[in-house]
Amino acid sequence: MHNTSLQFKKQVTIKLADVRLQDALSRLQSRFVGGRAAVISEIHDLQETRTAAAAIRDRVLNNLEHWLLHFEQQATARGAIVHWAETGDDVNRIVTEIAAQHNVKTAAKSKSMVSEECGLNDALEQAGISVMETDLGEYILQLAHEAPSHIVAPVVHKNKEEIADLFAEKHNKPRKTDIAELCREAREVLRPAFLNADMGISGANFLIAETGSALIVTNEGNGRLVTTLPRVHVAITGIEKVVPTLEDVTTLLRLLPRSATGQSITNYVSVLTGTKKPEDHDGPEHFHIILLDNGRSKLVGSEMQEMLRCIRCGACMNHCPVYQNIGGHAYGWVYPGPMGSILTPMLSGIEKSPDLPNASTFCGACAVVCPVKIPLPDLLRRLREKQMQLGMKSRQETFMLRVWTWLALHPKFYALGNKIGVRILQLMGGKDKLIHRLPGAGGWTNGRDFPAPAGKTFRELYQQRKQS
Amino acid sequence: MSARENILERIRKAQASATATPSATLLSHLAQHPRGPLPPQPENLLQCFKERALKLSSDIVETADIQEVPALLAAYLIERILPVQGVCWPVLENLPWPQAGLEIQSRPAKNQDMVGITGAFCAIAETGTLMMLSGPETPATTSLLPETHVAILDPARIVATMEDAWELLRKEHKHPPRAVNFISGPSRTADIEQTVTLGAHGPYRVLLILAPPLNT
Repeated sequence: MHNTSLQFKKQVTIKLADVRLQDALSRLQSRFVGGRAAVISEIHDLQETRTAAAAIRDRVLNNLEHWLLHFEQQATARGAIVHWAETGDDVNRIVTEIAAQHNVKTAAKSKSMVSEECGLNDALEQAGISVMETDLGEYILQLAHEAPSHIVAPVVHKNKEEIADLFAEKHNKPRKTDIAELCREAREVLRPAFLNADMGISGANFLIAETGSALIVTNEGNGRLVTTLPRVHVAITGIEKVVPTLEDVTTLLRLLPRSATGQSITNYVSVLTGTKKPEDHDGPEHFHIILLDNGRSKLVGSEMQEMLRCIRCGACMNHCPVYQNIGGHAYGWVYPGPMGSILTPMLSGIEKSPDLPNASTFCGACAVVCPVKIPLPDLLRRLREKQMQLGMKSRQETFMLRVWTWLALHPKFYALGNKIGVRILQLMGGKDKLIHRLPGAGGWTNGRDFPAPAGKTFRELYQQRKQS
Repeated sequence: MSARENILERIRKAQASATATPSATLLSHLAQHPRGPLPPQPENLLQCFKERALKLSSDIVETADIQEVPALLAAYLIERILPVQGVCWPVLENLPWPQAGLEIQSRPAKNQDMVGITGAFCAIAETGTLMMLSGPETPATTSLLPETHVAILDPARIVATMEDAWELLRKEHKHPPRAVNFISGPSRTADIEQTVTLGAHGPYRVLLILAPPLNT
């Protein structure tokens, strides 16, 4: 997928003014944030489970080569073919080759964010293979030629009226606005796509080293259909998704759907191992698993390694005040919200997304809800430090930070500057103690007033109390 | 060098530090496959399973006699004005379907089949979930393509957690089959306005019939 995160600030301005988007985002907040809160307490000891989940992910990441090789060996022994891809383009090439090898004309696809990284659909279409997205949200986006705006609920930015218009136009059927009727219409349009597809393409939420299996969680059943009916199945996922045992993956499954959609478990959890046996009636004859790096291995062993624990639940974005106000498209690439503000610069280059590490209030909600305890604000801070070291900050920001550094190292001047500054701001605040315009801080005062300091400075109060 | 070697080489170089665990420890983790934190053991597995399954919009009927299953299913279908034709797993083909007015064929499901009748490998009380193993006698399409999925479940095969289900699989099978499918109620989607709608691409309804096993 093309990365447009250089235009972050411009996109934010547009998104903030988009009334329909704001309406959709408020819905996401109530359903997903409320939904998670309602079921996360079902977990007997949540903190202990989160700690265990983080330890499971760390065990893998600290010994990633070992677990990848073990997975490859087991998967191969069960009849799957494991491919390794350095970049998204490599994935596209491998899938195209597999398609050519098996004479594939049509493919049905279940939701895969990794395939969005690669821009797989465009590459397959160019190779003359027709691809049908089958996750309802992804299908709607394919019809509308749009990108997902959320990793779990990809079409969260559209309301049902827009979807009704789209279906009426593309399906050539009378317009429906009842959500259940829209879903049935999509089911009826998509069922033949499953039955006729030569190849099924899916992601994998986890790879299990013990058994060489790919695990997929879905609610709609499309994940089961694309991995059961077509004669070829290709699963694409990141190298970090491997987990040692069935027990380990079970601990993660207690957290994933609860954190993502507020479900105790998704409707379907499919553990796929090897190919159809001669006596079987269903299942793919060929099972290919593609392991994508695309920058992930750079994080291994680095101060950013904790990011690779991520199990893609989306809780961090659901709870993020920035995401809640701007939605996913503004971030400019596949992964939005706090996890995206780290992954996008790390995977596609810090110079291509200079604003993302700064798109955070550091409120810390993401770290509190993360099921695998990724210290997201700490990682964002490390990226900001890196930007500073690389000289990526604006001259104004660098100057301000230099001034602040000097003041912080000279307490007497700091106190004096503080005292004067507070008095000036108090004067500017006037009777209602609100500053409407502040030179150099237009970004703040364009949208809201800046509260003027209310009384004395901390140092003055401290001195006063010490004396009394 | 191939992509595989490049990727593994980068990882190896980055991890030459102290964080790597000796491979004996890693292999013993595989061999022992320790469990993570577990929920408290429910007092009554059957009761817990039923409560959770109902919460996930599954329907439940119970009988002490498996020969009663066709009549119970017929009543369920007729009450909802649903077709009485369907398919079942081979192991269930000799139940008295015709006597209950049902036309049930023993074969894997096709697109047009409206009712799919299966057994289950076991069920999980913690989440109200069925565990299905694919195989020649247990085709996966039967629980997937029809609009109504009927699963006949032996209450003695309800275990507390998914960990217990894996243990049962390890005990009874050498390897996992091609597909292990955990099913928790009818298929659903909330992609449009985060409004839950039952019956996305899989079944619209799941009927669980709790009955003792067939004497085979």
